[in-house]
Amino acid sequence: MVKRWWLLLLLFFAAAASAAQDAAQLERRVNHVAEQLRCLVCQNQSIADSHAQLALDLKREARLQLSQGRSEQEVIDFMVQRYGDFVLYRPPFKAITMVLWLGPFVVLAAGSTALLYNLRRRELREDALEEV
Amino acid sequence: MLVLLGVGLRLKPQEIPSPLIGKRAPEITLPQVEDGRGLFRSSDMRGKVWVLNVWASWCGPCRAEHPALLELSRLAVAPVVGLNYNDQRGDSLQWLREVGNPYNVSAFDGDGKAGIEFGVYGVPETFVIDKQGLIRLKLTGPVTQEIVKDKLLPLIRELDHG
Amino acid sequence: MIPELGNFALMIALCLALVQGSLPLLGAWRDKPHWIALARPAAAGQVSFVVFAFGCLLAAFVNNDFSVAYVASNSNSMLPLHYRVAALWGGHEGSLLLWVLILSVWTAAVARFSRQLPPVFVARVLGVMAWISVGFLLFMLFTSNPFDRLLPAARDGRDLNPLLQDFGMIIHPPLLYMGYVGFSVAFAFAIAALLGGELNAAWARWSRPWTLVAWAFLTLGIFMGSFWAYYELGWGGWWFWDAVENASFMPWLVGTALIHSLAVTEKRGSFKNWTVLLAIVAFSLSLLGTFLVRSGVLTSVHAFATDPRRGLFILAFLAVVIGGSLALYAWRAPTVGMGERFALFSRESLLLLNNVLLLTAAATILLGTLYPLFLDALDLGKISVGAPYFETVFVPLLLPVLLLMAASPFVAWRRDAWRDVASRLSKIAQISVLFGLALWLGWKFTPAVAAGLMLAAWILLGCAQHVLERLSAVGEGVTLARHVTKQPLSYWGMLAAHAGVALFVVGVTLVKGGEVSEDASLRVGESVVSNGWRYSFTALQKVDGPNYVAARATFEVHGPDGRVLTLQPEKRYYTVQQMPMTEAAIDRGFTRDVYLSLGEPGKDGAWLVRMQNKPFMGWVWGGCLVIAAGGLLSASDRRYRSYVKRKEDETIHTAAERLRTVAGIAGRGPAA
Repeated sequence: MVKRWWLLLLLFFAAAASAAQDAAQLERRVNHVAEQLRCLVCQNQSIADSHAQLALDLKREARLQLSQGRSEQEVIDFMVQRYGDFVLYRPPFKAITMVLWLGPFVVLAAGSTALLYNLRRRELREDALEEV
Repeated sequence: MLVLLGVGLRLKPQEIPSPLIGKRAPEITLPQVEDGRGLFRSSDMRGKVWVLNVWASWCGPCRAEHPALLELSRLAVAPVVGLNYNDQRGDSLQWLREVGNPYNVSAFDGDGKAGIEFGVYGVPETFVIDKQGLIRLKLTGPVTQEIVKDKLLPLIRELDHG
Repeated sequence: MIPELGNFALMIALCLALVQGSLPLLGAWRDKPHWIALARPAAAGQVSFVVFAFGCLLAAFVNNDFSVAYVASNSNSMLPLHYRVAALWGGHEGSLLLWVLILSVWTAAVARFSRQLPPVFVARVLGVMAWISVGFLLFMLFTSNPFDRLLPAARDGRDLNPLLQDFGMIIHPPLLYMGYVGFSVAFAFAIAALLGGELNAAWARWSRPWTLVAWAFLTLGIFMGSFWAYYELGWGGWWFWDAVENASFMPWLVGTALIHSLAVTEKRGSFKNWTVLLAIVAFSLSLLGTFLVRSGVLTSVHAFATDPRRGLFILAFLAVVIGGSLALYAWRAPTVGMGERFALFSRESLLLLNNVLLLTAAATILLGTLYPLFLDALDLGKISVGAPYFETVFVPLLLPVLLLMAASPFVAWRRDAWRDVASRLSKIAQISVLFGLALWLGWKFTPAVAAGLMLAAWILLGCAQHVLERLSAVGEGVTLARHVTKQPLSYWGMLAAHAGVALFVVGVTLVKGGEVSEDASLRVGESVVSNGWRYSFTALQKVDGPNYVAARATFEVHGPDGRVLTLQPEKRYYTVQQMPMTEAAIDRGFTRDVYLSLGEPGKDGAWLVRMQNKPFMGWVWGGCLVIAAGGLLSASDRRYRSYVKRKEDETIHTAAERLRTVAGIAGRGPAA
């Protein structure tokens, strides 16, 4: 009899602990999604950081969907379907944003190469002059 | 780049276009603001052109746009459905009593979930939905008499004939 | 009466600016000494009238003159005096007047401290600055007059935005404008040089202190903006890659490239074209920033009341200034002459690489800031570009800069062997790498944080080694102390600025990598543990401020080391504008900041509380201050204070160079 009680108690604690773990895990996932979504009524904040009503509503919606088994990407897609690309805090990597994402590195590569080329050519030219 | 900036002067960076234009309006089923009046189903509106106006009793600009909405409802060209967003029933009823009720029916979206389905991010917002249930127009911000005359009425008439 | 006088003063200032802009430049071109001599007096006149106009607006604010529309919309009788003064630059029109005032301050400084420069050159510089003044004065008088009357007068004003009722508002805009506008001096120097066709080491030596001081002020201005946002906005953020922040950061980056480029032009006579171009770009970015904030083109927490008509005016002004200066550059730059020769591996090359890197960084920020506008204008949809983009893209660009920062001072001018430099630096390189590995594998820091700290260590060790090497090269019979004081201030300035960057990197890396933020809902008497700290909500009281009512919460915070802090965050409600505001409570420490702020009260009396722990946050601020100090140190170098004409110095310098070249001695350049 006592043993049964013990077992029940143990199971209860285990369940509570794992529920707490699950809750923490869920919060982490909510946060991860929230950090990727822009708060549309704030200035430059994600819904993770903001306390605005819309941000809280969207976070609540995300939490609900994640707890129902949707994946993080599905939740984000849900938001984008309704609010457009603007709601993505990180600009998407699509054809039209290719210039945005790759631009800086292209410029850097081009700039450095141009520089190197110019300096090398100058050096060669001046060496040639000196030999005269 | 300067030309670009010049063009930029004419744009409105705060307005976010809706990706739902041309797509099916979300199916929502909500209780009405007035208790005991049954449920509002967006599917019931199929076959009609209708206007959805998102409002709240705590929203200042909603008060400003109210005369234009009353006018729109008076013209009776299309049913005007209210979506009471993130509000308390008591406050909403009080507000409608105070400023008048332009809505054929007012759905109560106390926690804002239906609003999210429509991509609502602020109040007031106004949608025009056609007979097939597709969203054709979304306006953010208060509706003025000019907007009613220049944008809403022509569109409703066009969709009615279509 | 007084506002009308102010308005009138602005008109007179405009006339004087037109005189200052036309006659001296024409005189310089046509060699008319009388017209050239007009530059300083005209400038003095213009400055006096602008100062007078500013004084009139100031009087209107101090006296609560609500018949002036601008005062009525930005001030209030309950506003404390110091904020009434700050409210002067709280709105669009007033901030323009501040801009013009600071331009006058710089103009006066140039007029006063340029006795050793040839009059023709000074005339050109003052002339160019006058035209900038003309542009802003026209803008003010025609579209944004701060002296417009409001009839009938308002009973009371609409109050200054509560977010701005803070010490930060008193010093952030003036500091920032000192920087922005200061680049107009570098710009004017560059244009003057292009117009005159003389661009030499002497020109660079004249230009450098002005540019350094402007750059230092811009550093302080940006720092102050961040510092203020940190405690004012209430959620612990301090840099948001907001359009206006970016608008100030871009000129700073280009300004940094400029001061390095000027250093080379001053010492070696090289990089002249680069330096002139950078000066033009830096100032153009300053003006672009002005446009972005006032035209409504971009959303930002800073955006002033937007009016497309104003935007159009500034855009036209931008087009004229940028287009004109670049056209002049294209026309005259080739006559300015090539620099002296240098090898592929030399300090010159590395500094050129530095220029390319910094310009790429600035261009990247410009791209990110304008991209949404670009897509929207072409009707390709609306996206938002925020912190995730900038952080992803900017950090890799900055890594090479940080690497170079430590190494370049060890590379000789004109020519060096990379193997030699590598072997000199191998010891500190190894120490840095080992340090990084230890942090990562031993102390379990993330690779990103370890890398950041490794770079910071690299820079600091590089500075230390350089100083030690320099000081150990003491000659016979010279004491160490004497040797230290013999080093020019610009050397210590450089070290300080580089060290400051390292400190900043330490701060940013540890904050970004290790900050913890948690929200909780608490009632009075409850407590919660977050990140090893216990926050106990002990009291809540109502407080009456001069123009607000507030709920002040008292928290006792117990640290993991046993320390107990008392923090009192507030939620204020400003009565005139009916705006709520959060006053965060911050405990600043050497190794961490504890940040506590209140959210909204729930209906059950529980408050939403945000608790944050930010490791080494203070180092971010400290780093900025050290950087600015470095700039100011360099600017106060004795050689800039000489009032003697230095033309002979220059000839000696180049003659000595020629001797060395001929004799084939690839010696190290003169002391940095």
